[in-house]
Amino acid sequence: MSELGMNLTLKIWRQKDAKAKGKMETYKVTEISEHMSFLEMLDVLNEQLINTGQEPVAFDHDCREGICGMCSLYINGEAHGPDRGVTTCQLHMRMFYNNDTIYIEPFRAKAFPVVKDLIVDRSSFDRIQHAGGFISVNTSGNTQDANSLPIPKLDADKAFDAATCIGCGACVATCKNASAMLYVSAKVSQFALLPQGKIEAKDRVLNMVEQMDKEGFGNCTNTGACEVECPKGISLENIARMNSEYLKASLVREK
Amino acid sequence: MALSGFFLLLFLLQHFVINFSSVISVEGFNKVSHFMGTNPIIQYGIQPILLIGVLFHLGMGIYLDVANRKARNVKYAMNKPGENSSWWSRNMIITGITIMLFLGLHFYDFWFPEINTKFILGDMSGLNGHGEFRYWEELHHKFVDPIRVGIYCLSFVFLALHLLHGFQSAFQSVGFNHTRYTPVIKKLGNIYAICIPLGFIFIAVYHYVSQ
Ligand code: HEM
Ligand code: SF4
Ligand code: FES
Repeated sequence: MSELGMNLTLKIWRQKDAKAKGKMETYKVTEISEHMSFLEMLDVLNEQLINTGQEPVAFDHDCREGICGMCSLYINGEAHGPDRGVTTCQLHMRMFYNNDTIYIEPFRAKAFPVVKDLIVDRSSFDRIQHAGGFISVNTSGNTQDANSLPIPKLDADKAFDAATCIGCGACVATCKNASAMLYVSAKVSQFALLPQGKIEAKDRVLNMVEQMDKEGFGNCTNTGACEVECPKGISLENIARMNSEYLKASLVREK
Repeated sequence: MALSGFFLLLFLLQHFVINFSSVISVEGFNKVSHFMGTNPIIQYGIQPILLIGVLFHLGMGIYLDVANRKARNVKYAMNKPGENSSWWSRNMIITGITIMLFLGLHFYDFWFPEINTKFILGDMSGLNGHGEFRYWEELHHKFVDPIRVGIYCLSFVFLALHLLHGFQSAFQSVGFNHTRYTPVIKKLGNIYAICIPLGFIFIAVYHYVSQ
């Protein structure tokens, strides 16, 4: 790396809108500091594009601190790039070398249609949540304190781990089948393990899986790629839990 | 998929044990083969279940693969799946279809002649022209051609790859994943996936070299 930083060639997916036929375009950026995040590097590119009267590259981002799940990007053949346990906003340019060529593509799945350039529509995740990713609680004013129910420590920990899923969609983007099982299983598990979640457990898993299939996600074949690429380390154990919840619920369902 | 997979895993184990007896004892192999080939429960009860099981597994496998390909309609320009998963876990359809092609040859070699002798010609005796059991001899004579032996051995390598993923995958599919037992299942799966196909290769090579 030179004193001034890295010179990089970027191959970026450009697509005007949802209907347009997109293609990969090549750009150059220079003097990229290794301390920048990947999104800051894209900010540099966009400033360069704006200053030369070109359309900046559209990409998703919000918190830029790894907690919201908004940033996406398939970087050099991996969701959120080559680092592990990070989102793209937490991916640093020190993971790359001077003169590297970096491929930047949107998350690809039929259920995640491209809106523009690198931005995809992940509202299919929201619809799965709406189908059952909640518990019904009486909020009349004398709501029971959640802590009044004793919960085994291990279950509480596992529910908490599942709840750390930020809904980024890296699991879908990575999976060769574009399956959403890791995401959905995290959202099922965070309740399945807790007493408050038991009441609606059967309907929840049946409805969420039904919505998942309706959205056009693929089927899980247990390659385990999602777990490796997930920025929050959501475990495959959740998928097994959802599979057994689903099997049990399908056997006893009445309609 | 998992259910038929489990069933096939059990089937493969018994198939291996019986075939292995052909290496140990001519007489023993003949006796077991005659029993398996003429027992009504096995022939009319279990054999059809096995056939349906294989066809179901095959049909579902192909259906799932087609559906899963459709779930990503635009491919990545740059993709590095090897960074997060094994080749055999991603290519079950390739190893599976290779096994299916092998089954075609395998049926041509053993199953069709057997069905022909027993149910079309109606000869249930299991004896050859000299009044001896024909099973071991017939098996032995199938492994004369080095090309056929080669195809058998290569197919078993694909079977090993299929099982390397399939064995543990089937447990996950039915919802069994446990901190203590899953590592054991994975080890057992690796042992099964390597030893059983290797054993089949040994049997094929044994008959070839002992001609
Ligand atoms: C007839 C040829 C075959 C084809 C086309 C085939 C195809 C497939 C496919 C596409 C899958 C699902 C992909 C996945 O889970 O990753 C699969 C899974 C599996 N196969 Fe096969 N296969 C064949 C033969 C066999 C045989 C002979 C065995 C065992 C002796 C076997 C055992 C398994 C197991 C255990 C699974 C895992 C099931 C699961 O994860 O739910 N297969 N096969
Ligand atoms: S399971 Fe992991 S990869 Fe998938 S949406 Fe949740 S945080 Fe993202
Ligand atoms: S922008 Fe919020 S996680 Fe990256």
